[in-house]
Amino acid sequence: MAAERKTKLSKNLLRMKFMQRGLDSETKKQLEEEEKKIISEEHWYLDLPELKEKESFIIEEQSFLLCEDLLYGRMSFRGFNPEVEKLMLQMNAKNQVEEVEEETVELDVSDEEMARRYETLVGTIGKKFAKKRDRANYEEDENGDIKPIKTRKMFLKPQD
Amino acid sequence: MAAAAAVVAESLAGYRARAARAVLEQVVLPGEELLLPEQEDGEGPGGTGERPLRLNAGARSRGRVVCGPGLRRCGDRLLVTKCGRLRHKEPGSGSGGGVYWVDSQQKRYVPVKGDHVIGIVTAKSGDIFKVDVGGSEPASLSYLAFEGATKRNRPNVQVGDLIYGQFVVANKDMEPEMVCIDSCGRACGMGVIGQDGLLFKVTLGLIRRLLAPDCEILQEVGKLYPLEIVFGMNGRIWVKAKTIQQTLILANILEACEHMTADQRKQIFSRLAES
Repeated sequence: MAAERKTKLSKNLLRMKFMQRGLDSETKKQLEEEEKKIISEEHWYLDLPELKEKESFIIEEQSFLLCEDLLYGRMSFRGFNPEVEKLMLQMNAKNQVEEVEEETVELDVSDEEMARRYETLVGTIGKKFAKKRDRANYEEDENGDIKPIKTRKMFLKPQD
Repeated sequence: MAAAAAVVAESLAGYRARAARAVLEQVVLPGEELLLPEQEDGEGPGGTGERPLRLNAGARSRGRVVCGPGLRRCGDRLLVTKCGRLRHKEPGSGSGGGVYWVDSQQKRYVPVKGDHVIGIVTAKSGDIFKVDVGGSEPASLSYLAFEGATKRNRPNVQVGDLIYGQFVVANKDMEPEMVCIDSCGRACGMGVIGQDGLLFKVTLGLIRRLLAPDCEILQEVGKLYPLEIVFGMNGRIWVKAKTIQQTLILANILEACEHMTADQRKQIFSRLAES
């Protein structure tokens, strides 16, 4: 009689936090399942076929700026407003300058030149990070290039 | 029987949708469907039966095509929404289909993100100004969207002032929003347009013609008098010259340019240069 009454604790009471400790695993599972059911029942979803947006190769664009290379809308002529004239040059030159830059970038430094430069740079930078004592090991040759000397100072035994 | 019906339907579709390449620089009408070069061989008038065999039909690069103003994408189809000439620009670099758009003649302005326009301040309310740009709705302009403006240091803008600004928000569902600074916070010529001068309206097509990089009209106008001029993509032009008379002459010339041939224009400019 007493045992029967014990099992008849209400579900809401069993769900409370302080009751969780004493519960056995079976009733715990049962409660969890019920909770899940409630959540999934309350979950809303649209009864629609899954939308599959195909990747399109057409892009929409409503601006004329992209289509026609329009100039900047503020202009001044024959020195009426020097500020605007300066701005005009700056804004309208943008497109042309970019094109010129692209060409020059390629011709700026060749790979060989780069390699030659870094060859000497190794010593220069190495000197920067060397300690003061070791700095003497770096020696300038006739070209002014700095090269590390591999020979380290050794203790020389005095002669008798 | 079913096959015959399919062929008929196909030929009908082929008749209605014209290839974009074929109608370049020609007049297109709203509702028309255009076929891009990529779609031509599949859906062209010839149908599937007579399609010539292509070695690299599958491997062909599908460059992205941009459809500009006057065109609309509807799924995989390209529809015309404005009446005018179909234009095309080759892609600048790399592979792509370039840009297609319709060069239409219209007076009504619809705000577009990124456009530079001239607006008139109609109201000051708290943090924002209401600016009339000629669209269906006034645009809003925050007082912080000026160069050097802070909460303490408000820009000096009065009702009735002319504003040269840029749209940052412009779509069919929301109120358009303007700013007078670029992404770096600099004015770059935007902000309140100076005193005096004359504001008038022209068609949107004329504005684009005047702003084209190789526009003869503007070069000739520039030789006449010392002048300052501001073009808004919303069809508004503001001009200012040394005297009121010169300003009026300039405004009349620019308005008349809409319907003048090159010869007529040259005559007028030579007559003005003499006087």
